[in-house]
Amino acid sequence: MTNAQKNRIIDKSFQVFGIVCTFFGLAILAILLYNIVIQGAARIDWDFLKDLPSRRPQKAGIYTAVMGTIWILVLTTMIAFPIGVGAGIYLEEYAKKTKLASLLEINIANLAGVPSIIYGLLGLEIFVRIFGLGGSVLAGSLTLSLLILPIIIVATREALKAVPSSIKDASMALGASKWQTIWNQTLPASIGGVLTGVILAISRAIGETAPLIVVGALAYVPFAPSSPMDEFTVMPIQIFNWVSRPQHGFAVNASAAIIVLLLITFMMNGIAVYFRNKWQKKIKW
Amino acid sequence: MKKTTKIFLGAAVIFGLASCGGNTENTSENSGEQKILTGNIKIDGSSTVYPITEAIAEEFRAIAPEVKVTVGVSGTGGGFKKFARNETAISDASRPIKDKEKVACEENGIGYVQLEVAYDGLAVLVNPANDWVDHLTVEELKMIWEPAAQGVVMKWSQIRDGFPDEEIHLFGPGVASGTYDYFTKAICGEEGASRGDYTASEDDNVLVQGISTDKYGLGFFGLAYFEENKDKLKLVGVDGGEGVVIPTQATVADGTYQPLSRPIFIYVNDKAAEREEVIEFVNFYLELVPEIAQEVGYIALPATEYAKQVEKFQTFISKK
Repeated sequence: MTNAQKNRIIDKSFQVFGIVCTFFGLAILAILLYNIVIQGAARIDWDFLKDLPSRRPQKAGIYTAVMGTIWILVLTTMIAFPIGVGAGIYLEEYAKKTKLASLLEINIANLAGVPSIIYGLLGLEIFVRIFGLGGSVLAGSLTLSLLILPIIIVATREALKAVPSSIKDASMALGASKWQTIWNQTLPASIGGVLTGVILAISRAIGETAPLIVVGALAYVPFAPSSPMDEFTVMPIQIFNWVSRPQHGFAVNASAAIIVLLLITFMMNGIAVYFRNKWQKKIKW
Repeated sequence: MKKTTKIFLGAAVIFGLASCGGNTENTSENSGEQKILTGNIKIDGSSTVYPITEAIAEEFRAIAPEVKVTVGVSGTGGGFKKFARNETAISDASRPIKDKEKVACEENGIGYVQLEVAYDGLAVLVNPANDWVDHLTVEELKMIWEPAAQGVVMKWSQIRDGFPDEEIHLFGPGVASGTYDYFTKAICGEEGASRGDYTASEDDNVLVQGISTDKYGLGFFGLAYFEENKDKLKLVGVDGGEGVVIPTQATVADGTYQPLSRPIFIYVNDKAAEREEVIEFVNFYLELVPEIAQEVGYIALPATEYAKQVEKFQTFISKK
């Protein structure tokens, strides 16, 4: 066997390996979706979306869980978006490259890897007990904000980094201040990337169960929150609760709720892609 | 570009302001002759008691739609922690309150009443393909589960002569559950004392799955989970010294299925019990629970026992 033949075989086998790797993930996803859709799709109807929790699987609905999830979603975005983007801008544009800055940087990267239950315990102590917020939507949102802040900060920094320095230099050369440059040039140019990061982070937040259980989200809440101080439940908790019930009907409900949650996540990701494309096309230098 | 960004941020600010208003904290205020009950009742605690309390709360909605009842599942221990901090009005419990928890309540000046609401039977189960076991004695169960068995009792043949020379695979609830506490107390003599080398899960459906797919499996959990999975599991009778008893609604209710049946409880905070909606809820609970318990897989107490619980609650609230 010549060297060339050998190389061709290696080349080919790596290609096959790559394809197998790609399809492995897809196959798992397909099996999961197939199982869930077969079991739960028929259960989804308008009543399922608007009914309150119940001990009878056929009567139970996810209205309060969906409303709780939406409340959490909106509040978490409102808290984490400005703080995360602000911190990202500071670290990328203003912070001097000192030891302190690199220490901050390492810590933020570390925070992104902390298990979510730890954030739950932190949230319980600080927001629920010290701030006295109780097991409210606000306490849950603040906790989830902590959880996704590192992701948003890192995404913001990456997006800002991708803006060519020639644009910033040109703006500065025309006499613009640092803030004018950021507001009028850097941010508009990177907003697509920033938003993508934020929306992906939020998509992660709506799937979280553990920290919210610790903070005090409940299993049975027969009313939708009407203020940030109300008690709440969210979809992952509802699903978890149903999966652990003995009656088969609840397993069907859980599958149906998983489909709804997946649809919400897909929608969020769709929105992220839409905004990214829309804003990126507009940029003409 | 600039415009869109501003609109986006503007919208976020408006949204933020809009959602900050209107905190509707209801207090119990009974106006007029109609006496519409309002207020909040926070309940937390055992996941074993949860299905009953949830069902009662659901029915309560029909008679008092303005009372917001919420139920959490922090576990019996987790529930008592909140109860002792005055964060909940009622605590669900699958075992009586422990001394440590009593002290915590006293320190915070919290009085309470304990009410029995139903029985739960713990079932010992094997795979349907298991044709050698139809009952086990308490001594045999102890031999299997006691701490000293860890790494020693590994085969069925070690338990009784005639059992196959095959490995035994054990399944049971996790150590944080009241069910585990109760089983270890009843079988091994000491709460929390058991071998550690068994498959533990807080989710009983995982245990059902494990035993139903393993010919040499053995495990225990609440009777309700057996009732829903009869076709996948085989129930093992337990001999507590007075003959073999199979756990059923009847044998648990009349107390012959021993030692693996236990009462489950709710605890009511005394301050909360001054509120009309809480009194109403607890009375409603005791009135409805015989029917509900059956429906969600538990066993109702005898009628005389419920009458006693109602009386106990009446004396508790009239004392103040």
